[in-house]
Order: sequence, then structure tokens, then C-alpha cells
Amino acid sequence: MSDTLVPQLVDGLAALMLLTSFALLAQHRLLSVLNWFAAQGFLLATTAAVVAYGTNNHELYISALMALLLKGLLLPWLLWRVIRQLHVHREVEPLMNRTMTMLIALALTLFSFHIIQPIEKISHLMTRDSMAIAMACVLLGMLMMITRRKAITQVIGFLAVENSLFFAAIGSTNGMPLVVEIGIAFDVLIAALIFGLFFFQIRDTFDSLEVDAMHAHLIHKDDDE
Amino acid sequence: MSGFLSLDLALAACITALLAALTPILRTSTHVLRSMFCLLLVATGLLAMLSGLTGLIAGGGAMLLPLGLPWLPMHVRMDALSAFFLLTIGSLLFPVAIYSQGYLRGESQLTVLAIFMPLFVLGMLGIVISDDAFTFMLFWELMSISSYFLVAFKHENQENRKAAFIYLLMAHMAGLLILGSFAVLYAACGSFEFSVMREAFVSPVWASAAFLLAGFGFGTKAGVVPLHGWLPEAHPVAPSNVSALMSGVMLKVAIFGFIRVVWDLMGAGDFQWWWGALVLAAGSCSAVTGVLLALQQHDLKRLLAYHSIENIGIILIALGLAMLLAHYGHPMLAALGLIAALYHTINHALFKGLLFMGAGAVLHSTGMRGMESMGGLIHRMPWTAALFLVACMSISALPPFNGFVSEWLIFQTALMAPQLGGALLTAIVPFSAAMLALAGALAAACFVKVFGVVFLGHARSKEASDAHEVNDWMKVGMAIPAVFCLLLGILPVLFIPLMDGVPQMMLQVSLADSVHAHGWLWLTPVDVSHSSYSASVALLGMLMLGGVAFWLLHPKGTNVRRSVAWSCGNPHTHARMQYNATSFSQPLRRIFAGIYRAEEHVRIERNRHKLLTDHVSYVVHVGDMAVKYIYQPVDRFILFIAKFIQHEHERGLHAYLAYTLLTIIFLLAVYI
Repeated sequence: MSDTLVPQLVDGLAALMLLTSFALLAQHRLLSVLNWFAAQGFLLATTAAVVAYGTNNHELYISALMALLLKGLLLPWLLWRVIRQLHVHREVEPLMNRTMTMLIALALTLFSFHIIQPIEKISHLMTRDSMAIAMACVLLGMLMMITRRKAITQVIGFLAVENSLFFAAIGSTNGMPLVVEIGIAFDVLIAALIFGLFFFQIRDTFDSLEVDAMHAHLIHKDDDE
Repeated sequence: MSGFLSLDLALAACITALLAALTPILRTSTHVLRSMFCLLLVATGLLAMLSGLTGLIAGGGAMLLPLGLPWLPMHVRMDALSAFFLLTIGSLLFPVAIYSQGYLRGESQLTVLAIFMPLFVLGMLGIVISDDAFTFMLFWELMSISSYFLVAFKHENQENRKAAFIYLLMAHMAGLLILGSFAVLYAACGSFEFSVMREAFVSPVWASAAFLLAGFGFGTKAGVVPLHGWLPEAHPVAPSNVSALMSGVMLKVAIFGFIRVVWDLMGAGDFQWWWGALVLAAGSCSAVTGVLLALQQHDLKRLLAYHSIENIGIILIALGLAMLLAHYGHPMLAALGLIAALYHTINHALFKGLLFMGAGAVLHSTGMRGMESMGGLIHRMPWTAALFLVACMSISALPPFNGFVSEWLIFQTALMAPQLGGALLTAIVPFSAAMLALAGALAAACFVKVFGVVFLGHARSKEASDAHEVNDWMKVGMAIPAVFCLLLGILPVLFIPLMDGVPQMMLQVSLADSVHAHGWLWLTPVDVSHSSYSASVALLGMLMLGGVAFWLLHPKGTNVRRSVAWSCGNPHTHARMQYNATSFSQPLRRIFAGIYRAEEHVRIERNRHKLLTDHVSYVVHVGDMAVKYIYQPVDRFILFIAKFIQHEHERGLHAYLAYTLLTIIFLLAVYI
């Protein structure tokens, strides 16, 4: 029974993953962005657990646990703390309007499905269908980084890209070796901590968390010199 | 075993050069440092000469150096070509090192010179003996970069920094092109070793690509018009002993590289007809442009730099002729052209080195490079004047000096060339011979100007009248190449068989038998019925004519009356009444007005009354056409693009992220 159930479950989770990515793009209130981000972390953990069950790979259970703790709980909590302390709750007007962003996101998803086709043909893994979605999520994460003005949303976009890569790793290779995964997990954690520190520093220096403000400030400084 | 002797000597020369570069580590006083590194360079020069001679006489050998990358060992090899160029390098380095001992006296920033001059020499020695593309490029870059530091030596002047930057830029462009040429050859044979490249078959199209890349790359380094932009900037600002090496030897190393890649690696069998024609055209163009611009220079070292362009042109004319003749199946004549080119190579190294050393002596003694404020130096600096005159006569191709022999050989090649190919080729050979003749005549005029304005007449400034003779080290340094010039001029019959290994290697023919078929006295390039030349007889005839003339003009018992030079009967002469550099070259500026496009400004001041002239000033400026019509447009174009990209750079983080995403999408779309 599990021969068909597990792939179907993984496919369903992949669809949900894509949904969270779109939701991240669509949301404007920072707290809801954060909620969707946490949801993505939980989805990752579930996917890892399901794949672990389907392939009888016990190392993946540890991966699942790490994803749950780190991506589902710790990182969202760290970012939530930053948001509360800095009193930023709303993303200001994005660089591109929402409809346009969604259309581009749709095009990127189609593009991902198109380019993954030749790979899916040669793959024998049960999770191969999720590759295209993981790919689409990477591109959507990058799109999020491009279209937002606040540094916090850009960091969330970056972490979403990382989530998608993790998802791709589970989908395409049944997970990376545990050592590598632990290493990456720590990297992401450290990066999040450093980002958190930076947010405070940036606000102190530039009086704003908008990337354009920093840019304008730097240009201005160049002109002075 | 004797074959390895010359290679061992060459490696020993490399080691002494390396040791010389390490002398500043000892932190001794400037005095000791100078003596040490000059002495080591003298040893390097001697070893290089010995190695070259033994290599030419006893043949070469190959060796694998225990250096380099693990999968890419360094190959060195000695053959006739490398031995000949080692001899050329050594025979100029030896006197220049002696000269440096005197020239650098009182120089405070000695460390820079003591590090980079030996490294520069090491680079040149390494290029000549290298036997794979990796080693070649390694030493090539060593030579380029260390000479950059030498050009930037007096970097407190803005002019020097600018010259050094242009030099670095063009040297790197040349390096890139040469690397491209090796890449084409590598693609054809799959190995960096020259021995494999020689055997490889290259399709005609790719061979042409490699030829063009090598031609432009080595041409840039050699200063072929219109790739010569760096040369008249870099040579004047380097210290004179370095300019002597740069002009005398470094340009020759570029010629070596060209011969190595095109003649040796690709082989004479692969030549296409237009290769030779292109080299011939570039050579003719360089020869005439170089000398025409040299005529209008008033900075002594800059003038000499333009003459280097001219002489590189002459060498290329000979090489181009040889390439054409080799393609159309006349190996004997091609060998003659090749010999002529090589002969001119070593000749130019010697006399141009001597000229730069002479210019350095004048600079050392007067502190000036501008010819307009010199004059009458023959009285203060008789030794320098006499030795400089020898170099002037050599470069003007006057017998019995060496310049005549090589230019005569080139003319012989051109004149004996039979009908080749189509009408274009039939026309281009005599045309280039005519260009060579024109360049020779103009060069003679130019050196009459140099010697007349600098050494004869009255002093035009206080510095010139206070000049003093240079010290003995410098005199000896200048005397050695002068002696070599005379020897090479008188004994070509003994020297040409020594070089015979090169045509044997490239064309499998030997000139040795025909050259001295009529004894050591007569040089007969191909056949006595065509032409022959005996320097000793010419020298004897000249001495007799001179003696007769002297005897007729100064019969016994007549008192010699001494008077002011160039006074034309007027007892009250003034330094400003004599011909100066600008006025001497004025007729030629008129004749070649179409080429020079000189900007002349005459300003007459009449402050008091319209009929009373207070002051007249005449300013003339002759620019380099290549700079105006090639370098500046390229410069503007690159700046325009840079401005455009600069605008893109200021777009901010989002644009960069967008670029990243678009790049990823593009790569995915194209490669999957």
C-alpha cells in the first residue's frame, strides 16, 4: 500500500509547499509572512518524515526533527522577536504591484516544470515529481527578494530559497548525508543570528530598514567624498 | 655531452640572474649592493654569451627542469635559434651591466632596480630556452611585469606613471594574444610541449588564426606600427641602462617569439602566401613611419625609441621576404632573408644599446633629454661622442660597420627574389625594398641631426657647457658594443656560418658553403656572379680616400687655423644662430607634410608699434597619427562603454538580485 501512498503524500506536500511560496509572495503584513514561513518549515519536516518512512531511511527522521525545530520554530521565533523589537509590521508598497508579481511567479513555475521534464524522465526516485516544485520554489524565493523593499522580507526570501533547496535535496536524492545537513542547518542558524544583529545595526545607522535607503545613503556619501 | 654544456651554461646564467635579484636581501650599503648586482649581471651576460656560442657551434640539447607544477613540468631546450638569441642577449647585457656600475652611482632608490632588472633579464633568458608553452608564458609575463616596474622607476613624475600604465596595458594585451595563439596550437595537438606542437597538423584556417594571434601579440611587444603606442612613451622614461636593454633586447625577444611560433612550431611548410605579404607590409609601414616620426622628435631618448620601431620594421621586412620566398619554394633565398633578419637583430641590439647608453651618458652629465638645449658636447665628452658616432654610423648603415652588412643582405634578398605569385606580390617586393631604402636614407639624415645638434656646434644651455666626461665604467660599457659593431661589420663571413644552424633547422638548407666560397674576405650571399661585398676592402678604400683627402687639404707646413664652428665667416656667432633640431628637420616636414599633419603656430608680438617686432615665437607639434586615429578613438569607445556600465552599477540591490535571477533562468533555459 505504501508503494502508492507515500509518493502521493509527497506530491501533496509538494503542492502545499508551492502554495506557501505563493502565499509568501502575496502577503504584505510581516507577521503573516512569518506565519507562512513557519508553515513552510513544518511542511518540510513532514515531508522529510514521510520520505523517511517511505524509504526506511532512519537518518531522515533526524533531518525531519531538525527541520521542525530549526525551520518551523527557532527561525520564525527569532524573526518574530526582531519584528516586535523594531516595530516594523507592514511591508511598504512593493516595487512591483501584486498582480504583476503573481503573473511572473506563475510564469516561473511553468518554466520550472518545463525545464525539469528531461530530468524526470531519467529519474527512478519515488519523489521525482517534487523536483519541479522545488525548483519553482527556489525561483519564487528569489523573486520575493527582488520585489520587496524591507531587509527583513528579503531575508525571509533568502531563507525560503534555502528551504526549497532542502526540499529539492529530499526530493531528488532522498536527503543529503546527515553530516552535510547538520552543517547546513548550523549555517542557516548562524546566518539568521547575524541577520538579526544586522537589522539592529542597519536601523541605527540608516534610520530605516529599507534597502533603498541604504543605497541612497551610500551614494550620497560617495558624492560627499 | 657538448650539447648539454651550452644548456648548462644557460641555466647557470639564469641562476646568476636570480642571485642578482636576491642581493637586496643582504641589506648592504648602496655602494656594495650596486657592485654586487652589477657583477652578477656581468656574469649572467658572459654566461649567456658563452652558452650562445657553444650552442651555435656544438648544437643543443633538451632537459626537464625539476620545477613547475606537478602535472606540468618545465621543459628547456637549446637549439640554434635559442642559442643565437642567447648570444644577442648576452652580448648586450654584458656591456650594459658594466655601464650600470657607473651609471647608477649616486642613485638612491637602487633596491627597485636591483630586484627587477635581474628578474627582467631572467625572464628574457627563460623565454629563449623554454620548450613548452607554459614555461614560455611564465617567463614572458615575468619579463613584462618586471619591466613595468622598471618603466615606473621614477614614479613620482606623472608622465612616467602614465607611460608605465600604457606599457602594462599593452603588454598584457600582447600576452593575452600570445596565449590565444598557444591555445589554438594546444587545441590542435593536446599538449603544451613544443616538440608535440611541431609535429601537430593544424588546419589552414586555424593555422591562420594562430598566425594572426601570434603576429599581433608579438607585434605589440615588438612595437610594430600601429601597435607601437607604448614604445615611445616607455623607453624615454626608463633609466637609460634599462632602456638599452628594453630596446636592444626585449624587442628582439618578441621577434624571437614570432620566429619560434610561426617558423618553428607551425613550420615553413604551413605558410600561406598572405602571411609573408602581411609581415612585409607591416614591416615596411613600421620602418617608414618609425623613421619619419623619429626625425621630428627633440627628446633624444624618444627619438631613439622611434628608431627602434624603424629597425623592428626592417627586421620584419627581411622576415616577410623570407616567408614569401619559403612559401613559393625558394629555400636558399628564404634562408638568406632569415639570416639577414637575424643579422639585423643582433646588430640592432648592439648599436641601439650603445645609442641608449650614449644618451644615458649625456643625460647623466647634463641632466637633460631635450636636444634643443644641448650642443658642443664633443669638446666636453670626447669619448662618448666618438662611441656615439660609431653607433650613429652603424644605424645609418654606413660601411664598414655592421648595419650596412645586414641591410645589404636584405636588399640582396629583395633584389634576387624572382617573380612570385600574382601581380600584387610582384609589386610588393620591390615596393618594400624601396621603403627600406627610403627608411635608410631618412635614418641617416636623422642621425646627422642627432650628432650635429647634440655633439657639434655651440652649447645651447649652461648645463651643456658645464658637461663633463662620464666615468670609466660607462666608457668601457659603451666601448664594448662599439667594438662588436665594428667586428660584425668587418667579419660577416665568419659570423654568418655560425648562424647557419637556424636556416638548417627551419628550412633544411645551409648557406655556409656559398657564403664563404671565396674565402673569408668576400661575402657572397648566393653566387659571386650576383654580388659580393668585402668589408675589409671597403675599409681599406675608405682609409686611403680619407688619407688622400687629408693630405690634399692639409699639406705639410700649413698651419691649422681654428675658428668658431659653423660661423660662416661671421666672427660674432651666438648659440641661437646655429641649426637646431627643429630647423634641421624642417625641409622634411615640408616634403612629408601630408603624413605629418604638423600643427604650426607662429606668434609675432608687436606691443609698441605695428612695425616694431618685439618677439617672435614658432611652435610646431607633430603628433603620432596612430595615437590620434587609433588609440584615442579606442580609448573614447571604452570610456563610453564604461560610463554606460557605471550607470548600471548604481542601480542598487534589487537590480543585482534581478540580474542573478535572470542569469539563472537564462542558463537553465539554454543548457537544459
